[in-house]
Amino acid sequence: MAQVVIRNLNKKFDEVHAVKDVNLNINDKEFIVFVGPSGCGKTTTLRMVAGLESITSGDILINDTVVNELPPMDRDIAMVFQNYALYPHMSVYDNMAFGLKMRKFDKAEIGKRVQEAADILDIGQLLKRKPRQLSGGQRQRVALGRAIVRHPQVFLFDEPLSNLDAKLRVQMRVELKKLHNRLGTTAIYVTHDQVEAMTLGDRVVVMKDGLVQQVGAPLELYNQPANRFVAGFIGSPAMNFAPVAMAERDGAIWLEGPEFRIKPPEPVASRLRGHAGKEVVLGIRPEDLRLANGADSADLAFEATVEVTEQLGSEILLDLKAGPGQMVAALEPTAPAKVGDRLRLAINPNRLHVFDARSEAAI
Amino acid sequence: MVEGALWRRWVFFYIPLTLFVFVLLFPFYWMLITTFRPDGELYQPWNSPRYQPFWTANPTLEHIKYLFEETLFSKWLWNTMFIAAISTMISLFCGVLGGYALSRLNFPFAGSLGTGIFITYLVPQTLLFIPLAEIIRNFKLGDSPWALILTYPTFLIPFCTWLMMGYFKAVPRELEECARIDGASRLQAMLYIIIPVAIPGILSAGIFAFTLSWNEFIYALVFLSSSEQKTVPVGVTSELIRGDVFFWGPLMAGALLGSIPVAMVYSFFVEHYVSGLTGSVKG
Amino acid sequence: MVTATMPATGRQKTRTRIRVLEDERWLALTLLTPTAVLLGLFIAYPFIEGVYLSLSASRVGVPGEFVGLKNFEKIWNDGIFRTAVWNTFWYTGITTVFKLFLGLWLALLLNRHFKGKAYIRAAILLPFIIPTVLSTFAWKWMFDPTFSVINWALFKLGFISARINWLGDPDLAMTSIIIVNIWRGIPFFAISLLAGLQTISPELQEAAAIDGAKPWQRFWHVTWPLLLPVTMVVVLFSVIQTFADFQLVYVMTGGGPANATHLFATYAYQIGIGTGLLSEGAAISLAMFPFLLLIVIVQLLYIRRVEVR
Repeated sequence: MAQVVIRNLNKKFDEVHAVKDVNLNINDKEFIVFVGPSGCGKTTTLRMVAGLESITSGDILINDTVVNELPPMDRDIAMVFQNYALYPHMSVYDNMAFGLKMRKFDKAEIGKRVQEAADILDIGQLLKRKPRQLSGGQRQRVALGRAIVRHPQVFLFDEPLSNLDAKLRVQMRVELKKLHNRLGTTAIYVTHDQVEAMTLGDRVVVMKDGLVQQVGAPLELYNQPANRFVAGFIGSPAMNFAPVAMAERDGAIWLEGPEFRIKPPEPVASRLRGHAGKEVVLGIRPEDLRLANGADSADLAFEATVEVTEQLGSEILLDLKAGPGQMVAALEPTAPAKVGDRLRLAINPNRLHVFDARSEAAI
Repeated sequence: MVEGALWRRWVFFYIPLTLFVFVLLFPFYWMLITTFRPDGELYQPWNSPRYQPFWTANPTLEHIKYLFEETLFSKWLWNTMFIAAISTMISLFCGVLGGYALSRLNFPFAGSLGTGIFITYLVPQTLLFIPLAEIIRNFKLGDSPWALILTYPTFLIPFCTWLMMGYFKAVPRELEECARIDGASRLQAMLYIIIPVAIPGILSAGIFAFTLSWNEFIYALVFLSSSEQKTVPVGVTSELIRGDVFFWGPLMAGALLGSIPVAMVYSFFVEHYVSGLTGSVKG
Repeated sequence: MVTATMPATGRQKTRTRIRVLEDERWLALTLLTPTAVLLGLFIAYPFIEGVYLSLSASRVGVPGEFVGLKNFEKIWNDGIFRTAVWNTFWYTGITTVFKLFLGLWLALLLNRHFKGKAYIRAAILLPFIIPTVLSTFAWKWMFDPTFSVINWALFKLGFISARINWLGDPDLAMTSIIIVNIWRGIPFFAISLLAGLQTISPELQEAAAIDGAKPWQRFWHVTWPLLLPVTMVVVLFSVIQTFADFQLVYVMTGGGPANATHLFATYAYQIGIGTGLLSEGAAISLAMFPFLLLIVIVQLLYIRRVEVR
C-alpha cells in the first residue's frame, strides 16, 4: 500500500527530451492512468517508476522514500507488460512463483499465495502448463497472477490489454477493475486507448510530447478539458473543432465563421470577453449537437450538409459539411438524415468549449 | 513439388542432385572401403586388370588392428575429445557472458567492442601461429593439451559470442525486465531467465565449437611434439607416413574412425549444427 | 483484502544498498573480462609479438636483434614467396567462384520439396564437418599416382589413355588442391545460401510468376538481389578461410612439387617451423595481414551499405 510521488521528473535520451518536468502525487489505493499518443513519454515515465530506465533529473518517491537509485528488484513493485513477458521455459506455477522464490519465501507460503492468486483469476487448472500452451487471454491472466502473488506496493501496467482482441479487451478491462476494487493496491496504468483510460482510472494523466497536459478524474477531463489536445483526445468520436472569429457587437460576444454565427451564452461569453480580438477555436462534441426545432434559438444553431451517415444502432453519426469545416454529429439513431440533406443543428449551450487558437489553452 | 515434364525433372533436378551427392560423399565411401580392404587388394595399380574399386571380396580388420596396436590412436582420440570438450566449455562460458553483455547492456564502447569481436572472429589461425608458438613456449605450455585448450578459445569465443549475441537479441527484453522487477538482480535474471531461454542457441554454439576444435590442425601440429599428446589429425599425419611411405590402410582407417565422433555428434544435432552454421554467417 | 494482511518482513524490507553489478557498466566489464583476458593473451599479444618477431632476426630459442624491414625485403626477393602469393590469390579467387556457383546451384536444388530432403541436406554437409585433414587424406589417396581411382574412372569412361600424375606435376597439383577445396566448400555455401533462400517469401516468387516472369528472370530479378546480403557474408568468410588455408595444401603436397603449390601459410610454416627461421616465418604470415584487412574492410563497408538500404 503506497503513495507514489513524482517530482520534476525529466528524461533525456541523447537528443530527445522524452519526459519534461512531470509532477504527480499518486494516492494510496489510487488507480491512475497515463494516456497519450505513442511517443508522448507515458511509457518512459512508467519505466522510470519501475527502475528500468534511469532518471535524468527529478525524484520518484514510493512511500516517502526516494527510489531514484534503487534497482527494480528492490522497489517492491510488480509490472504487467504488453506482451505478457511470461517466462517461456517455466510452467504457469513457476512463472507465478518466480518473484517469491527470488525473495526467498518458503515453499508453503509460495504455494499458498500462488493458489490464492490462481483462484482469484480462475486459472487454477492451468498451473502445470507452459505459456505457449495458453491462449492470449489466459496468458494475460497469468501475467496478472504473477503480479498479484507478490502483494507489491504498486502495480504497473504497460498497455496490458493491447495485444488482446476487441471483445476480450473489454472483458479483461472489467476484470482489472474488479481486481483493483478487491486488492486496492495502488496502480499505475499506461495506455494509448482513451476508453481504457476513462473506464479504469480514478484519475487520468494526459500526456503529449513529454509534457503532462492535464490530470483529473475522467469526467473532469471530458467536461473541462484544459486544452485543445485533451479535448480532442478524450471522447469518441472526437470533438469537432472550428476556427472562428470573435466579434463584440452591442455588448454581446459573437463567434463567426463562413455561413456560421453563434452567440455563446454566459458564462462562456464573459470568459471570452477578456480575450476579445484573439483568434479562437470553437469545440463542440458530436454528442452535444442535435437537430434544431422551432424552439431553438437562432443564436445557437447552424446549417450543415450531410456527406456520410454511419448507423451504429445506438446512435447515428453524421459527417457534415458546415460553414467552418467538417463536423461530426452523433444523433438519435432514428434521426431522419440522408446523404445530401441540408440540416439545421442546434448546439447544447452549456457544453461549448472555446480554445485560444495560438496557445490552444481552454478559455 | 518439382514441377514440369518428366524429362525436365530428370535433367534439371534428379541428375544434378545425384551428381552433387555422389561427388560430395564419394571420398567417404573411399575411406570406408579402403579401411576394410586387405593390402593385397589395396596396392593394385589403377590400370591393372585386377583393380576392383567399389567392392572388396575379403574385408579385413587388419588396418584398424594396426591402428590400435601399433600406434597411439586411442590416446589421440581421447586427447582430441578432451581438448575439444574443455575448450568448447571455456568458449561457451566466455561467449555466453560476453554475448549477453554485448547484446543486452548499455555501456561505453559496446558497439566498437562488438565490431572488435567480429574482426577477431575473422582472424585466421595461420596468421599468428608462429608468434603464438613462441608464447606457448614462454608460458611453458608446449607439448601439453593446455596449449590447445587455452588457444582454441581464441577462434571459438568470437564465434560463440557472435552467435549468442544473435540469440540474445531475439529474446524479448521484457522477460528480463519482468524478472528484475520480480526481484531478480541483473545477474540472476541472466542466469534464471535469459540463459535458459537461449539454451537452443547455446547448444548450437557448443556443437559447432566442438566440431571446429576437432577439426583444428595447425596449432595442434605446431604446439604438440610427443606422440602421446597428439590429436587425431596430427597423429594420423605424422605417425602413419614414414618419409615417402604412406600406410594407406591404417591412414584411411584412422581418418574414418577419427571422423566418427564428430559425425555422431553432428547426426544427433543436425538442426542445431545447421542453425549454428547459418547463425554464424548471419550473426 | 489480500495485500494488507502481509506485514513488512525482513526479507521484504527495502534494500537500499546499491549493488555494484546492478550497474550496467560494471556488469558488462565483469562479463567481458574472461573473453578479454583470453583474447588479449592469445590474439593481441601474439599479434604484437609477431610484429616484433618479423622486425627482428630470431631463430628458435635465440632472440634476435632488431633488423627493421629486412625480413620483408628478403621475402619480397624470394621467388618461392612470390609464387606463394600468386598461388594464394589464384587459389582463393578460382575456388570462390566455383564454390559460389556450385553452392548456389545446390542450394536452389535443395530449396525444393522432395522426399528425403532432410537426409540429403544432412549428408551433403559431411565434407564440411569431417576434419579437413582426414578427408583430404582420402582425396590424396584418390589422387595417388599409382592407385588412383580417378584415373581408373577416367580411363574406363574413355577420357584418358595414359595416367595423370595429379600431384606430381606443378600445375596439376594446384588444380587438384583447388578441386578438393571446392569440394570441401560447397556444403558451407549451399547450406548458408539455402538458409538465405528460405527467408525469401514464396509469395514474391508467385507474384513475379503472375507478372509473367520466366524462372530465369524470377531468379535474377527477385531471388538473387534478396540473397545478395547473405551471399556477401558467406563469400567474406570463405575468402578469408581460403586465403589463410593451410591444412589442405600441407596434406596434399606439402607445398611441392618443387615448392610450386605453397600458400602464405604453408610457406610460413616451412620457413618458420620447418627450418626454424622464426622471424622470416612470422614475416611471411604477417604479409597476409594487409590483404585480410583489405578484404574485411571492403566487405564490412559493403555489408553496411546493404544493411542501410
